[in-house]
Amino acid sequence: MKDRSLKKSLELFITFAKIGLFTFGGGYAMISIIDRICAEEKRWITHEEMMDITVMAESTPGPVAINCSTFVGYRQQGLRGALFATFGMILPSFVIIFLLSCVFDSFLSIPWVKNAFTGIKAAVGILIVDAGIKLFKQMEKKPLQIILLITSLIAMLVINIFSLNISSVTLMLSAAFVSLCFYALKRVIKGKERSS
Amino acid sequence: MIYLELLIGFLEVGLFSFGGGYASIPLIRDVILRYGWMDEEMLTYMVAVSESTPGPIMVNLATYVGSTRAGLVGAFIATTAVVTPAFIIVILLTALFTKAAGNPYFKAILGGLIPCIIGIITATGIYTIVAQCFAIDDGMRPDIKMIGLSAVLALIYFASRKVKKGGISPITLIIISAVFGVLIGNFHNL
Repeated sequence: MKDRSLKKSLELFITFAKIGLFTFGGGYAMISIIDRICAEEKRWITHEEMMDITVMAESTPGPVAINCSTFVGYRQQGLRGALFATFGMILPSFVIIFLLSCVFDSFLSIPWVKNAFTGIKAAVGILIVDAGIKLFKQMEKKPLQIILLITSLIAMLVINIFSLNISSVTLMLSAAFVSLCFYALKRVIKGKERSS
Repeated sequence: MIYLELLIGFLEVGLFSFGGGYASIPLIRDVILRYGWMDEEMLTYMVAVSESTPGPIMVNLATYVGSTRAGLVGAFIATTAVVTPAFIIVILLTALFTKAAGNPYFKAILGGLIPCIIGIITATGIYTIVAQCFAIDDGMRPDIKMIGLSAVLALIYFASRKVKKGGISPITLIIISAVFGVLIGNFHNL
């Protein structure tokens, strides 16, 4: 029986606000923390459901943390739970970044801060490449996937270097289309083999 | 109409960024540069700031862009826009099609999307590093300071995994890089 009380809604809000306040970097860093709190401590969901939501978060757009909080909130209390959990997740970073945005420009005009950010710039590129490598390690490595990956990588480099006016969304939709065509083609060929 | 631009721009980010975290950076970069909300350098700073402040990177960047462009209302619109697609899609999937993930056509679409996204992320990372180390507009003139710094940081980051399981965290790398940045800057001024 679902607990429909407002108290439960507030508990969802506070729990996710805490998760939002104490997890840095977002993405997969958050999944292990959500798993520990929502599956082990609160027993709102099972570890299996947590696995499902990880897969779902990977295959649906948007921040992984939002996917997770919406899912857990919805499972607990339907639409209201989803709203409370997701709002809780967003609120801490919204407040922090909003306050920061008011002072960041004057902060950057301090010489040593400016120097620190010159160093940080070098780190960001490395972190992005590392994110790509990590995802590649988890990826299913079939020939079509490898070809799509290399083609997208080269295309994106060319787009960036020559400042071409092509959105990465165009690349993504094209890759999805190619993969879908290959699958449909494979099905047709298999169907013919079976009928002959 | 800055409010409308923020709404449309961040709906696009929320709708097309799969995987979360750094995976969303190429698309955010795309949208931000297209609308001219920030320049490349400021964007790199903000990626680091988003990494070092709590919360999802996408939400942090949306709040920041919205706030600097159009104040509190702008921040609210951009942040709402970036989370709305995920919110609606997860609810629809949970409520209606829990089995959609097993559908072979759905899997075929993901089978194309995921490698493409990985290619795009890696390319964005490589481009970010190259653009800092070489002046692309200026006949690829090398910036020795940035090349050295990037090499040292990459070495520290990847070598730390040999010493300790999982290596150092992204935030630790950002702190180390900031310290190096201050030291190099002071050395430069002497």
